[in-house]
Amino acid sequence: MKKIMSGNEAFAYGAYLAGIKVGAAYPGTPSTEIMDNFSKYPGVYAEWSANEKVAFDVGAGAAYAGGRALVAMKHVGMNVASEVLFYTSYTGMKGGLVVINADDPGMHSSQNEQDNRHYARFAKVPMLEPADSEEAKQSVKAALEISESFDTPVVVRTTTRLSHSLSIVEMEEPVAEAPAESVAYERNASKYVMVPAYARGRHPVIEERLKKLAEFAETTPLNRIEPGDDQIGIITSGVVYQYAREVFPNATFLKLGMVYPLPDGLIRELAGRVKQVVVIEELDPFIEEHVRLLGIQTRGKDVFSNIGEFSPGRIRRFAQEAGLIPGSNQSTVTMPQLPGRPPMLCPGCGHRGLFYALQRLNVAAFGDIGCYTLGAAPPLSAMHTCGCMGASIGVIQGVDRVGVKDRTVAVIGDSTFFHSGVAPLISLKYNNSSSTVIVVDNRITAMTGHQENPGSGKTLQGADTPVIKIDELARSIGFNKVDVINPYEFRTVVDTIKDHVQSEESSLIVAQYPCVLNIREKKPALVVDVEKCNECGNCIRIGCSPITKVEGGISINAELCIGCGFCATICSQGAIGPQNKEGGTD
Amino acid sequence: MKKKIDFLFAGVGGQGTILVSNILAEVGKSCGYDVKKSEVHGMSQRGGAVESHVRWGEKVYAPVVEEGGADYLMAFEMLEAARWPHYLAPGSIAIINRHRVMPPSVNLGKEKYPEEKEIESILTGAGGQVTWVEGAAKALELGNMALAGVVLLGALSARLDEPVEAWTKAVEDLVPAKFKELNVKAFLAGREMATGN
Repeated sequence: MKKIMSGNEAFAYGAYLAGIKVGAAYPGTPSTEIMDNFSKYPGVYAEWSANEKVAFDVGAGAAYAGGRALVAMKHVGMNVASEVLFYTSYTGMKGGLVVINADDPGMHSSQNEQDNRHYARFAKVPMLEPADSEEAKQSVKAALEISESFDTPVVVRTTTRLSHSLSIVEMEEPVAEAPAESVAYERNASKYVMVPAYARGRHPVIEERLKKLAEFAETTPLNRIEPGDDQIGIITSGVVYQYAREVFPNATFLKLGMVYPLPDGLIRELAGRVKQVVVIEELDPFIEEHVRLLGIQTRGKDVFSNIGEFSPGRIRRFAQEAGLIPGSNQSTVTMPQLPGRPPMLCPGCGHRGLFYALQRLNVAAFGDIGCYTLGAAPPLSAMHTCGCMGASIGVIQGVDRVGVKDRTVAVIGDSTFFHSGVAPLISLKYNNSSSTVIVVDNRITAMTGHQENPGSGKTLQGADTPVIKIDELARSIGFNKVDVINPYEFRTVVDTIKDHVQSEESSLIVAQYPCVLNIREKKPALVVDVEKCNECGNCIRIGCSPITKVEGGISINAELCIGCGFCATICSQGAIGPQNKEGGTD
Repeated sequence: MKKKIDFLFAGVGGQGTILVSNILAEVGKSCGYDVKKSEVHGMSQRGGAVESHVRWGEKVYAPVVEEGGADYLMAFEMLEAARWPHYLAPGSIAIINRHRVMPPSVNLGKEKYPEEKEIESILTGAGGQVTWVEGAAKALELGNMALAGVVLLGALSARLDEPVEAWTKAVEDLVPAKFKELNVKAFLAGREMATGN
């Protein structure tokens, strides 16, 4: 039987088939659906860890104990978790450990487009890269076998396009396994306790392992030469292989399913077969530099950009410009000038009330990563920095220590706070800071598609669990000034922010309202009474998509409006409200 | 040998382009095509512009349609249709839901939403034929705006050779169980609207 699956669904399916029993991840586009899907298979344990590092440690522990483990994260998640990659590279582990890591060329939903293939070389661990959903499924099993034969964690690299593309996958029977027998934990300090004396003993083992992996790369079916004509020989991997196949249908290919370590023998063999070697890879010249080190002349980043996501069209244009294929890239279609459509805070989103208040108070807001980063977009324009998960609280401490004349706050979401906001909050209190932190708390990890978090009272697999209260947590570490407010209550929001930013001690505000998209809140849409409206424009300035400026006034699109009432709260004329019988507002 | 057919979906986050394009991929698979499909989730959910690519063929490599290669443009929203002239193949067909969702700059009164005629000429100028479908109106008549996409799918199905049962089965298999009948009804309404033209 065959099924259409996304790359991420196929990774989860492959993990289930291969007998993985423990999975841990933190949500992050484009990797989220891997653990989401894995968690639904029978007999598995899966969790949303508080952050990627914790997830990776959980995977390491499961593998130390002899279980097969899966860890998944987006590319920047590996920055958070990389310390675990380095220590597990040294220790190895008893059961197989697979880390699926999703890069985001094109930055569809990320703050940078780093190329995580460098991590494989950096930490001296093997990395696989599948090219469609069927290969994604198979890659997990292959990675586990490598992990267990070479005593190393194995990273499987995916990209947004692979993770979120669907293709046909062959259904299989899961491995029938005898129930694992509980055995005593194997004590082996010189392998698992990485103090300097023991770690020194491990480094040569890791170097030796890398040599053996390089030999393996020559013979594994993951890497293969696909014969074609003798003009051009293309070295490529991942979804880029699919694009290159369309643009160079007759070329000879070295398709790499394992991108580290690279197979020198196969690269030389390809070079011997063709007149011109061409490396096509997204982002950095990772393969190309290796090919050059072998003394082989190749085309690469001189033809194909190191910036942005590729597509068949983009590869074709680069190849035409460089004369690798005939044809010109002149498109005859003139592109129209059209109004853009950027993502926005949803209609009725509770974050809007907070950001509107910050804007009206002209507060400088140091931000973080989540839906609420959209508070930076016009017309709210009320967030002024965003760098990485948990950055806001450390950043405001630095800003406030230098001193600026603006009122300042840090703004961080609930899931981001649990991810990497707790340690900075402790640091703030410890260092006698006077900064104000606002946690915009919608009780869910919303941006990535509503995953549970330590504040939502449910685990990934649906078990009840205590809700961790952010205000209580802050009090317990010494915060005296803590307020929980409803962001829709505009007057209270303004007064609370004013009170906190004036305060001499560090303080915390929790602006709490559940994500309306998640709880599917929908009250009757509001209407504008044209008799009362004086077109002051307040309602337009909250940036709520149903509210439109029309000839002679303002109109609210009843299809989109969820009736949250925030626009009515800030209307200077009392012209917005539920529709009365006469068609106006009361 | 199956011939290649490339479909491009355009719409606004929240309109259901992913579900409808999944149904189209399933129809292709059940009719013996190799199929691939691509979209990007994440930021685009929040009311931003969304696109989805579906490809049918004997053997499909890339999961995305190439510029100048789309045989059908399925636009769930009018302005979103106008963003894709460079993707249209010669003789392609654009099936557009007659429905406007105002983008932020139009809400603020800073830019104008393009006229229907402008949108049509952008696409016909690139070699496409435009078919307007009253998907939103039909969906509202059936009581749920979310059905507009399936109405559009019905209109598309009338232009392709695959048997109607393959389409209705894919709709039934992929929509939530309690909305099965309503979706099939919307699909057939779209199909009828197209054949009636």
